[in-house]
Order: sequence, then C-alpha cells, then structure tokens
Amino acid sequence: MNKLAIPSRILAAALGGYALANSGAILLAAALPGGQAEAVTWGLLASFLIYTAAVMWVFSVRSALRAWLGVLVPGFVCGALAWILMQGGTP
Amino acid sequence: MTGHFRQSMAWLHTWTGLVLGWVLYFVFVTGTLGYFDTEIDRWMQPELPVATEMADARATVRVAQDYLEHHAPGHARWFISLPTDRNSPYLSVFSQQGRAHGGPGMHADRVLLDAETGRALRARDTGGGQLLYQMHWKLHYLPEIVGQWTVGVATMFMLLALITGIVVHKKIFSDFFTFRPGKGQRSWLDAHNATSVISLPFQLMITYSGLVFLMTVYMPMIVSAFYGSDDAAQRVFREDLASRPALVQPARTPASLLPLDHIIADAQERWGEGAIDARDVRHPYDAHARVIVRGSIAAGPVRAAPSLVYDGVSGELLAEQAARTSAAKTTRDLLLGLHEGMFAGPVVRWLYVLSGLLGCAMIGSGLILWMVKRRQREAKLGGSAYPGLQLVERLNIATLVGLPVGIAAYFWGNRLLPAELAERATWEANILFLAWAAMAAHAVWRPVARAWGEQLWLAGAAYALLPMLNALTTERHLARSLLTGDWVFAGFDLTMLAVGVMFASVAYALARRQRRFAARQVIDSPPPSHIVATRAEETA
Repeated sequence: MNKLAIPSRILAAALGGYALANSGAILLAAALPGGQAEAVTWGLLASFLIYTAAVMWVFSVRSALRAWLGVLVPGFVCGALAWILMQGGTP
Repeated sequence: MTGHFRQSMAWLHTWTGLVLGWVLYFVFVTGTLGYFDTEIDRWMQPELPVATEMADARATVRVAQDYLEHHAPGHARWFISLPTDRNSPYLSVFSQQGRAHGGPGMHADRVLLDAETGRALRARDTGGGQLLYQMHWKLHYLPEIVGQWTVGVATMFMLLALITGIVVHKKIFSDFFTFRPGKGQRSWLDAHNATSVISLPFQLMITYSGLVFLMTVYMPMIVSAFYGSDDAAQRVFREDLASRPALVQPARTPASLLPLDHIIADAQERWGEGAIDARDVRHPYDAHARVIVRGSIAAGPVRAAPSLVYDGVSGELLAEQAARTSAAKTTRDLLLGLHEGMFAGPVVRWLYVLSGLLGCAMIGSGLILWMVKRRQREAKLGGSAYPGLQLVERLNIATLVGLPVGIAAYFWGNRLLPAELAERATWEANILFLAWAAMAAHAVWRPVARAWGEQLWLAGAAYALLPMLNALTTERHLARSLLTGDWVFAGFDLTMLAVGVMFASVAYALARRQRRFAARQVIDSPPPSHIVATRAEETA
C-alpha cells in the first residue's frame, strides 16, 4: 500500500463505511416485514456487521479508488432503494 | 484466499489492535472487575452488615413503603428494589421529585435500608465497584458522550481486530495447544494466539454486544430515518419496541395509596414466590397512582423482565407485559444479558471473570508482541529504538502494569481516606488516576527494563498487602470472614492476595530472565535489545 493511499483509505473506511452501514441498515429496516420498531432494531443490530465488512473491503482491494467506489456506490444504492420503499408507504 | 488479502488483513489486524489497544485494555480490566461489582461495593463499605436473604417479600415491601411515606411523601416516583440476590444484596429505595418519566429536573437519591427494621443503613461514601464498572463505557472525568464515543470507536476497532485476526489465522486448532516459552517473539505470539483462541466466542460476544448496548447512540440515523431525530422521537422508538403500556399523567387530586403488600400478594400469585425484583410507584397519593411490579431481569440470559401495572388506588391490574415481545427485541436482550451476566451464579460468574482476564491477556500480549517484534528487528539491524517504538514501550508499562497499580491504590484509598472527608468518593477515584499518572511518569523516567520490574513488584505488594490493610482498618479480617462464612469479604481478600502473588511471580521471573541474559551476554553473541537499551540509557 503506498503511503498517500493510506489516509485516503482510512477516510473511506471511517466515513464511507459509516455511511454504508447506515444506509444498508435503513434499507434492511425498510424492507423487513412486521412492526417498525422491530425492523429498525434488526437494522441497528446488523449495522455493525455491515460496517466491519465495509472496512475490510476498503483495506483489501488493490486501489484507493476502488475502495471508495466500493463503499459509496452500494451506499447510494441502498439509500435510494430505502427511500423508494419508504415512499411507497409501509412495506 | 489470496496472499494479498491475507496480508492486507494482517496489516489491518496489527493497526486496529495497536492504535486504541490501551483504551481497550482499560475497558477490559474495568469491565472484568464489573462482574464483581456488588461484591466490591460491599468490601468498600465494611460498615454495612453482612447481607442476608430476604425472608418475606410482603413484609419487606411494607418496610420500604413505611420509609418512603415518612421521607418522600410528595415525590413523583418511588422505586423499591428488593434484596433478592447478589445483584441487589440490600433493600434499597429511591425517590424522585419533579417529573416521573425521567429527564431533566429529577433528583434521585438511593438509600439502603435494613430489611428488618427499616432503618437507613449508613456507610462511608464510595464509588465502589459500580464506579469501576461504569468506567468501562464512560471512562472518567470526561463528558458522558465523549467517553461513550471513545469506547465505541475502540470497540469497533476491537471487532475489526478480532475478525481480521480470525481471517489471518492459518491453524486455529493447533494454536490451542502450542506454547513455546522463553523464545521471545515466538512465545508472545503463542501466548496471544492461545489466549485469543480459547476465549474467542466470549470476545466476539462481548465486543459485538458492547456496541449493541449503545447502538442508538452510535447509529442514531437508523432510528431517525423512521421516527424523526428529536429526543421525544427516540423515546417513542424505545416505548414502541418495548410495547410498554402508556402511563398516565398525574390527576393532581390526592387519593390514598393501597398498601403495597396487597399488590405483591397478587403478583406472587401470578408469578410465584421470589420472582419479584422491583417495584416502581408513579405519582403516589395521586388519583392516578400506578404501581409497576417487575420480575427479575437476572432470571436467565435474556435481559428482560415481565411487568404488571396496577392502579395504585384500587389495586386493579391494568396491564400485563411479557418479557419477550418480539424476536428483534429478544435478540437484543439476549446480547445484553450475555454481556452483563446478571444471571450468572458463582461458577458461571468466575468463568466470566476468567474470560475477561483472558481478554486482558489477549490485548496485553498483542501490545507486547508489537513491541518485541520491532525491538528484535531493530536489534538485528543494530539500530536503537525509534520514537514510535519507545512510545509503545512506555505506554505498555504505564498501562499494562500501571493501571492495575492505580486500581490497587483505589482500594487503599477506600480504607485510608478519613470517613468524613468531603467529596470522599471523588477522592477515591482521584487517587486511582493520580497513582496511575505516577506510574506513567515512572515509566517515562526509568530505563525500560527497570521500569517493568519495579512496577510489577509494586503491583505485587499493593495487592498482596490489601488483606492486611483490611485487617488493620476494619473488624472484618480474613480469619474472621473465613470462620463466619462471609464469602464476599473472604473472596475479595483471597483474590487480592492471589493477584498480588501473580504480579510478584511475574516480576520474579522477569528478574531471573534478565540476570540470565546478562550472564550469557558476557560469553557470547548480541544480547536482547531491551538490555542494550537499558545499558545505553544508563551510560548516557
């Protein structure tokens, strides 16, 4: 890993990973059937796993650019899907 | 698995483990002590009588109600906790003025009562085991939110270090049985592997569930996306999840309160004797008085209790709530319950403590491994310790041994500070951190090899002499507590003695090893680097 890439990856892991953990958990909560509080709880419980997987992804891929894309693209996709589901009323 | 993947995970393991490793060590040491929180509380208040089992819940609650009627008549909330087990060894009450639903403006004051006479029990002011336990997620001196986030980030690092540690591991099973002592870096690697592998399920559980405790603090946006972001919305989420029956506002018209033992009798009929843990009275002597009876959250690993809501005036049962309402909530409660181990009896409690100590050993050996590896590399290259390595060496001494010395000082402070001292509990905690700061200063000032030995001997003495200090300053010395079967006091004294002996034997082993290396150095080949470092510093 070259030296300039490390700070960039740390940011991608900390912030990008956090964003992905949130949007992934919100999508999960929006998509799950059943009561809202339960679905949100499942999302909260899963969020730390998503975060961990995202950080491992960021540090395992070969370039910092791929690291950023790998957290931001799924982050946006999850966020957009969650938004669509939530607009459609309770799923 | 590709070589690149394993290599990058090894890199991540090293750095996530190192950067906040000292914070994690603090969290694991204080958290492990937390498994003996009420035992430490009791040792730190030797004036209190030996706790006895509750004879009769109905009589005991009557005693508590009498006390509250005299001492907290106008208060919005009464809370009575029955002496059921080690989690709550004494009858205790607290009351709140102001709003009954918590939040700002409440004044809580917990009082321990003699369950027979209803007399308030007085004892020295101390933070007790509770303070040590609370430090493991709040730290100390810091605003709560800062402490919680620091610990949260450290816990996330821990989770990453655990999972990457599993990934980089080639042969988990054989490491279980591998230990090659006296071989420097290899031995530390073996120790790190063995402690981690033996206790891996515990470490994964404790780390993940640690995050779950404060998941709405760390991940507030997930709740806000559905409930809105203000405090009230967060409360709606919590009530929604617990499906708690809504409580009413006070009617502001006075009414008489039913004797609580009638309500206890009814609850006992439903749940059986001994299943009741606490009673919560909202708006006593109001027409809308509510009495909430809770079961024990320590009945099993799922940290949830059923509750019954009664009308405090008529005694009518208004609502009944089960402990388990949904799979999501039960999963959360199971994680929290496993983390706290409130359900654990003596054997399981000791297993918790041993697992916690293995966690401390895992973190400590990892921190030492980082240092030994680089020290040996530097020695081979003929260089001396660079600033980063020196920093880690000093931090390791100051934390791995210095923190335990600080905690011993906390116990010494408990026995030696005058009973009437103002802010006494605050000063006990200050002593912990002053002693720890002194150890940090010592670790910076002394040559590395000397600093390890000196602090280890000091820790050995500070713990091993605690039973003697206890004998000199209280009536409840070890011989007496053994003879009278006072297992909390005897257990504390004996454990401290064992911890002292352990530190002293490590100090002794280290001293022997250093002598052997010094002797061998005369005959052959380069000595280990820490001795070179010591020599260089001494001649400088």
